[in-house]
Amino acid sequence: MEILMFIVIGVLFTIGIYLLLARSLLRVIVSLMILSHGAHLLLLTMAGLNAEAPPLEHMADGGYTDPLPQALILTAIVISFGITAFLVVLGYRTYKVHNTDDLEKLRGSADE
Amino acid sequence: MNNLLVLPMVLPLLVGILLIFLRPFVKWQRVISFATLLFTFVLSIYLLLHVQQEGIITLDFGGWSPPFGISFVGDSFSLLLTATTYFIATICSLYSFSTMGKDKENMFVYPLVHLLLAGVSGSFLTGDLFNLYVCFEVMLLASYALIVLGGERVQLREAIKYVLVNVLSSFIFLIAIAYLYGVTGTLNLAHLSVRIAEAGQPPILTTIAIVFLLVFSLKAGLLLYFWLPGAYGAPPMAIAALFGALLTKVGIYALFRFFTMLFYHEPELTHTIIAVMAIVTMVGGSIGAVAYNDLRKIVSYNVVIAVGFILSGLAIFNEAAIEGSIYYLVHDMIVKAYLFLLVGVTIYLSGTQRLERMSGMIRNYPLLGWLFFLATISLAGIPPLSGFVGKVFVAQGAIDGQAFVLLAVTLISSIFVLYSLLRIFRTVFWGETIIGTDEMVPLRTGMILPCALLGAATLALGLGAESISGIVQDAVNTLLNPQVYIDAVLNRGGA
Repeated sequence: MEILMFIVIGVLFTIGIYLLLARSLLRVIVSLMILSHGAHLLLLTMAGLNAEAPPLEHMADGGYTDPLPQALILTAIVISFGITAFLVVLGYRTYKVHNTDDLEKLRGSADE
Repeated sequence: MNNLLVLPMVLPLLVGILLIFLRPFVKWQRVISFATLLFTFVLSIYLLLHVQQEGIITLDFGGWSPPFGISFVGDSFSLLLTATTYFIATICSLYSFSTMGKDKENMFVYPLVHLLLAGVSGSFLTGDLFNLYVCFEVMLLASYALIVLGGERVQLREAIKYVLVNVLSSFIFLIAIAYLYGVTGTLNLAHLSVRIAEAGQPPILTTIAIVFLLVFSLKAGLLLYFWLPGAYGAPPMAIAALFGALLTKVGIYALFRFFTMLFYHEPELTHTIIAVMAIVTMVGGSIGAVAYNDLRKIVSYNVVIAVGFILSGLAIFNEAAIEGSIYYLVHDMIVKAYLFLLVGVTIYLSGTQRLERMSGMIRNYPLLGWLFFLATISLAGIPPLSGFVGKVFVAQGAIDGQAFVLLAVTLISSIFVLYSLLRIFRTVFWGETIIGTDEMVPLRTGMILPCALLGAATLALGLGAESISGIVQDAVNTLLNPQVYIDAVLNRGGA
């Protein structure tokens, strides 16, 4: 099960990095979302994927799944949500001001 | 008593929230934020002195004993950096009162600065890996907002790059945390150190160490500094001074913590990589510092050189070198803020940031000129000033550790620092005066006073290096003997 997850995460990272190198700003933002999915799934997988009860007290028969990575992922999701929202607005403002979403045209310094 | 340890992080956080509600009352915002920063500075000094007498302070949140809860750990190293942070923040806020302008002060500058400081001091004080990630994000989110504040064209353009690089490095940080948790099964730094020492750092942990090295190098601008000069050229000068003094230093702090406390078992591999990266950083920074005619670019590349210099102390990895790096770290935080503020004043007075359009300013502004000269010789490491002590110790460490290539590069980079700044001094302050006395922009006290204070601080730090030597030695002792830290966190009281 873990092996399958690692392959899927690897595919996510590949797609993410491919899109990250694109010229369009929107593609880059989408790539960061995909990378965040990859990172969160990796957190979940690295803690082990044994099929046991959800970490709730009244379901205690045998063992639980590890609750710690779930808390970590929840935190990381909220943080990356905040950053993504900021980045989308920043991209929108940049598009409005510079009239382009082409990152090639956004490079360099003003005095070149 | 230990509860005071949380205040350097929580106080700015709470005051930052309070200031959001005081948005239209700029006067009150200024008063409250200045008072808070000054108070937190005094408090961190108090905590620092307390650590000297009683040893490392730890605070377990919610009474959960480590490794199960999150704890804050205040040792000499982290509290020294916290105190320096608040010293700089107090003075930069003084500077921003007279330069920021109403339109920005109305748009949550002070709340954002407080949140940034909460993130910075949280990163210094935390004893938990994931908490470190969260504090980094608190700091970075505030810095994203500060870098675009005002919404000018150049700010938007540079902010896109800055945000993308940092978001990417945050994901790599998460990945590294996932791997480390998968291998060791803990997140507490002291407990991690124990587990890694038990396992003797097998290759998988060395690989994870290199992933962490990548993450923190992106934050610190070690080798991966390509985002830095542009990003530090965009925001208003008071903000750029805070960035230049604090943001890269958090990455440096994390590198020191990780590579002296966790991943110190394979120094032939990891510390050699750091050495190579430090050398390339210093060479690249030196080239950048002499290549540009733009004041802000030159200063930003000087930040890069300093990062390489401080990390070369970590790469040499013996007592003298680490001690030198800590001296230099404190010196560099103060003097980089000083330099950024001076450049800010110069740009304000001359109305341009191009070197070739300024000349002979020392006739109109003698105080500014001599303060800049003080910054120049302090950064280059001329004896009575604060840069000297750190450089001597790092050089001595390099000789002890037989790292002659590093020794040569660090010393040559000092010459480049001196040259790049003397070039500014020569073209901007000497030469023919092109602004007549009747049309010169008056220099405001609110601008020059913070610079003078920082100048006095670098002078005092140079002359009184003896007075902080006890603190620095204690910090070195904790860094080089992880057992001291582990005992303070895990084996309190009984064992």
